[in-house]
Amino acid sequence: MAAVQGGLVDADEDKDIKTEASNDSWGNNNANDGRLLSPSPGSSASAGSNKSAAGASEEQQTLLAVLQFLRKNKLTESVEILRREAGLPEDSLEPKGAESSGAGSGGASGGVDLEGGDASSLLSRVTASSTAGAQAPTKVAAGEDQPDVNVVLSAYSQQGDPALYEVYYSGLKRFIESVLDCHRAELSQVFYPLFVHMYLELVYNNHESEAKAFFEKFSGDQECYYEDDLRVLSSLTKKEHMRGNETLLDFRTSKFVLRISRDSYQLLKRHLQERQNNQIWNIIQEHLYIDIFDGMPRSKSQIDAMSGSLAGEAKREANKAKVYYGLLKEPEIELPLDDEDEEAENEEGKPKKKKPKKDSLGSKSKKQDPNAPSQNRIPLPELKDSDKLDKIMYMKEATKRIRLGPDNLPSICFYSFLNAYQGLTAVDFTDDSSLIAGGFADSTVRVWSVTPKKLRKVKSAADLNLIDKESDDVLERIMDEKTASESKILCGHSGPVYGISFSPDRNYLLSSSEDGTVRLWSLQTFTCLVGYKGHNYPVWDTQFSPHGYYFVSGGHDRVARLWATDHYQPLRMFSGHLADVTCTRFHPNSNYVATGSSDRTIRLWDVLNGNCVRIFTGHKGPIHALAFSPNGKFLASGATDGRVLLWDIGHGLMVGELKGHTDTIYSLRFSRDGEILASGSMDNTVRLWDATKAFDDLETDDFTAATGHIHLQDNSQELLLGTYMTKSTPVIHLHFTRRNLLLAAGAYNP
Amino acid sequence: MAEERRQKQCSVILPTESMKAMAESVGVGQLQEESCVAISEEVSYRIKEIAQDALKFMHHGKRRKLTTSDIDNALKLKNVEPLYGFQSQEFIPFRFASGGGRELHFYEEREVDLSDIINTPLPRVPLDVSLKAHWLSIEGVQPAIPENPPPAPKEQQKAESTEPLKVAKPGQEEEAAIQGKSQGATAADGKGKEKGLIRLKPRSTHELSVEQQLYYKEITEACVGSCEAKRAEALQSIATDPGLYQMLPRFSTFISEGVRVNVVQNNLALLIYLMRMVKALMDNPTLYLEKYLHELIPAVVTCIVSKQLCLRPDVDNHWALRDFAARLMAQSCKTFSTTTNNIQSRITKTFTKSWLDDKTQWTTRYGCIAGLAELGPDVIKTLILPRLTVEGARIKAVMEGPVVSNIDKIGADHVQSLLLKHCASVIAKIRPQPDNVEQYRTDYGYLGPMLCSHVMKARTQAALQAQQVNRTTLTITQPRPTLSVSQSGLSGSTGPRTPSIIKVPSSLTLMSPRPGTPSQPSPPATKYIVMATSAGTATTQQVITLSSSQSASPVTSTVPSATSTLQPLVKLESGSGPGLTGSRPLQKYIVVSLPSSASSSLEILPCLVQLKTQGLFGLNVKG
Repeated sequence: MAAVQGGLVDADEDKDIKTEASNDSWGNNNANDGRLLSPSPGSSASAGSNKSAAGASEEQQTLLAVLQFLRKNKLTESVEILRREAGLPEDSLEPKGAESSGAGSGGASGGVDLEGGDASSLLSRVTASSTAGAQAPTKVAAGEDQPDVNVVLSAYSQQGDPALYEVYYSGLKRFIESVLDCHRAELSQVFYPLFVHMYLELVYNNHESEAKAFFEKFSGDQECYYEDDLRVLSSLTKKEHMRGNETLLDFRTSKFVLRISRDSYQLLKRHLQERQNNQIWNIIQEHLYIDIFDGMPRSKSQIDAMSGSLAGEAKREANKAKVYYGLLKEPEIELPLDDEDEEAENEEGKPKKKKPKKDSLGSKSKKQDPNAPSQNRIPLPELKDSDKLDKIMYMKEATKRIRLGPDNLPSICFYSFLNAYQGLTAVDFTDDSSLIAGGFADSTVRVWSVTPKKLRKVKSAADLNLIDKESDDVLERIMDEKTASESKILCGHSGPVYGISFSPDRNYLLSSSEDGTVRLWSLQTFTCLVGYKGHNYPVWDTQFSPHGYYFVSGGHDRVARLWATDHYQPLRMFSGHLADVTCTRFHPNSNYVATGSSDRTIRLWDVLNGNCVRIFTGHKGPIHALAFSPNGKFLASGATDGRVLLWDIGHGLMVGELKGHTDTIYSLRFSRDGEILASGSMDNTVRLWDATKAFDDLETDDFTAATGHIHLQDNSQELLLGTYMTKSTPVIHLHFTRRNLLLAAGAYNP
Repeated sequence: MAEERRQKQCSVILPTESMKAMAESVGVGQLQEESCVAISEEVSYRIKEIAQDALKFMHHGKRRKLTTSDIDNALKLKNVEPLYGFQSQEFIPFRFASGGGRELHFYEEREVDLSDIINTPLPRVPLDVSLKAHWLSIEGVQPAIPENPPPAPKEQQKAESTEPLKVAKPGQEEEAAIQGKSQGATAADGKGKEKGLIRLKPRSTHELSVEQQLYYKEITEACVGSCEAKRAEALQSIATDPGLYQMLPRFSTFISEGVRVNVVQNNLALLIYLMRMVKALMDNPTLYLEKYLHELIPAVVTCIVSKQLCLRPDVDNHWALRDFAARLMAQSCKTFSTTTNNIQSRITKTFTKSWLDDKTQWTTRYGCIAGLAELGPDVIKTLILPRLTVEGARIKAVMEGPVVSNIDKIGADHVQSLLLKHCASVIAKIRPQPDNVEQYRTDYGYLGPMLCSHVMKARTQAALQAQQVNRTTLTITQPRPTLSVSQSGLSGSTGPRTPSIIKVPSSLTLMSPRPGTPSQPSPPATKYIVMATSAGTATTQQVITLSSSQSASPVTSTVPSATSTLQPLVKLESGSGPGLTGSRPLQKYIVVSLPSSASSSLEILPCLVQLKTQGLFGLNVKG
């Protein structure tokens, strides 16, 4: 029972989590003056050194701004702490008071953004402003004239002749169009960020008409996948608008990352220096991060595959960290030999078939995967007796599982929600497929039983007293037969329910809503147990860890949070996304969390230390679906652009692209053995893809992990195994049962 | 393109006049033009911002339509108070008025009578959300069930049958394209060959799944079985289910074989059942029958022109079957006749040829005429009218000559009424007004006088129908006078028959098309039998009305009823005046009443039947 203990302070929290052997870094991180999240020691150190090198004046200025801000918001305690620590060069810009959990994202995002080895002398100013800026979006509504925002924008104050902007830009354009073909594609990447920054400079300096003219002249040249951002940009024509515009702040606070080969870069540099084109050179130095690599320049298609995100590509360093993507060892459970079953199988004359299957199951649990994290890397809840029983059930079902493949496609059972009136917003199935839950726009959550077993509540306390607790069927007796029904409604939210997730043991249900809370419901009593407050804005998604106890949530505040059911405050905050966190997913080994965002990136976070260990770019629209392959090696993602991208987690590379859907993909799921990937979309189709082939082809390729280049073959049509149209029913959830039957769900829109 | 659109996006700003109007509405009188511009720019920007946020909510709500609640949520996100209670039926809630040099916007608020609101019945409670499961795919194959979209849309079926070379199934097409690509890259010389291969029409296998086989068995058994309720259900299924495409070849063979066997055995009932299956197949909106016409058309034509269709030609109503089949034929001509298959002209030729043959029996003759007549007024005009004289002479020979056989006489009788029925309306259109009996006699011979009276009736009826504006739900139209053979003796002066209003105890009101003429002189002996079903019966029955006044195709409607439980509720018999012509027979109207809820929009035309029939077409042919 996940009862909340009131008044938990962070010190207690450490103890609570460290029920098992405490890992060194785990302890260290949590001991850090009560901050729930800290960047890895390495990156914070580098950030710190950068700053100290840059000189203390900027530092001072930033601190003063923060202090001012805190005082204004009456966070006196925080002010005190900050003052005390002001002398330290450590990254304690944003200490965490007991109540200021909402504003805590700023420092962290700064830390994440800083992990670069760019030794440019101008960096310090940008970093200082970026840390301050990152917290702004969460507090934009609060105040008008925040000093931090001004700090951000002041970078634009340098003057140039507005009339010359067009000349500069078209001059560069001419140059890039005239260079050799092999460099042109690479250098063309510069256009978009340059265009945006020049436009913003014009707007900031009140050259409205010039800005408009500039926009109209060159916006058509930009890649089509930036259209959404350009639309936002086009509406922004006044300096006043820039204050409080999130897109703008994103662009300002994060350096746009470009990957360019050394040759191309030299070419560009030489050109700009020859022409004395300082305006553009300044922008490139200040606002762009150019990740230079040695080797062949990339082709247009290679660049297009990786670009599209709000802040350019991921730096190569960002994907270098080691990820333990292997699976945890399954706990040893004595399988009670079911003699009847065995005999029945023998009588049917298939004893041979059964044996190798069992071996394969057994071997999985015996061998320790070198890529797997240690068993207690993060403390996991101990198995209860009921969990063990469920594991046994799972094993039994697994032996009856259908082997899927291109010649053996799964059957699909579709659950249509009728009379939902466009109100169905989220669906989830339990792992054993016995229950289905739907979240609705009218703030309710409904749970259905899809088996003949009806849903029953536990009896009231008074009635429970009368029960003979010694009897064998006490678990049966506590249930109130009168309440049996096929579905139950859970009321409690005050806004549309956008995310929903069953706990693995089927005792709890999580729901996240527009009202900013995540709620934990008991499926025994069908009541709300806890409302987790922390996100002050809509929470778009939530998911339980595959091992239970932990769960992750992500929302409009651009932060994903890790919670434990018995803590009312988050254990970790994963901040770094530049726009809403739209979907969250746990890695099968519970050590990592993947988040997809409207900034069109996917990030993988380490649950242990809260670091961002992978950034995947390549989608051209907000990401709405994520799925880990059952072996933990791969990640599939689907976005509004209708494409499914496949990622190798270990190497941090894109390994496949599946084209076919014509609308947003809302659901992705791998079959239990990982042979088939199913995708469900707004275009009313379920599509099945040959995952084995998609990943097998790769392994023969030699990875050019060093450069991070990819050659994607366009083989979507070969990999597509089937397309199944529904009758005007968008597919918003998919689930493979333990026997590999595919369940799909959606609301019928007549 | 894209550039243009973007420019538009860039420049869209609310007009300053709106700002002024809004300012006035909140009490700010004089607003500077400059401030108006500034405000409108700011407002436009904020509105765009909110719209962008609202889109986010739409995406997460998994919808394609932006709703007002999305906007509310977006406002909430910006810490702006949402709009409360704003509701307007109209697009713009306020009105504009000017006068005396002043311009004014005002909200138009009408007075609402509270009692109206209180007294209006509550709207129905919306249905609760429910969950329904179905198979989207079974081992990779999508089953053809109503829950799934039809596997092959009708357009595709049509294209497949008319232009078989162009169409490959979507998946195969892509495959072929890919194949072609790879092949083209590797071997250029093999290209032509490859192309030839691709152009081959894919051979489609027609294997039925076990479920489909079961379905087929059930349906065919029900269609020819003895239980009328089951048959109605089966036909309903054939006429509506989307997934029958796969089974179409089976059905068409079933029908064609069935007709072949049953014609030999003179099993009228089964033939009728089979024709009803054809009808149901044609009614199915997801099926395109073109490919199977070579089996269906011979079967249908057999039912039209076969010499003998039943065991007792003198008693059984095989005429109805011929009529029905003729209508089916006409329908398929209309739907499927193209310049390449020439169905209509080929059919016309067949009918004409056997009609012209002197040795043709009366039954076949009837079928040929019916088949031709159903093809439309043009066919009647060019093919039937010129032969009226010849046909009239032949009928006269049978009717007035020495008694040959009863069967021949009945046959001639039917041919005569058929000719009168179809020709009258056509003649009424093409002949100028004054209908002179003698003139008719010279033009059309023996049939002339009768034609004349029918034409006159047709004219008055046409005039009537033009007047008739409001149709009631249940309409008893006048029976076609041309139908009744027995009226042949009447002179053309007989006034139109009186319609009358019948009050049936079960609150069913039968309105005549012409109320207000109940006291017409010399009403003919008219007998109404109104039948009503008992309220509890739920089985459905198909009713095919045989005498539809205008439409060439039969009106088919499903009427909940049960044959066994029907009881006549009212039997009205308006006394036949002794002063009237003695030869006037009783006319029976059979009206099937419906349960009051289902009665809307169903039109039941009574049928005049003087012959004993087997009642296979449902109730209204039962005498």
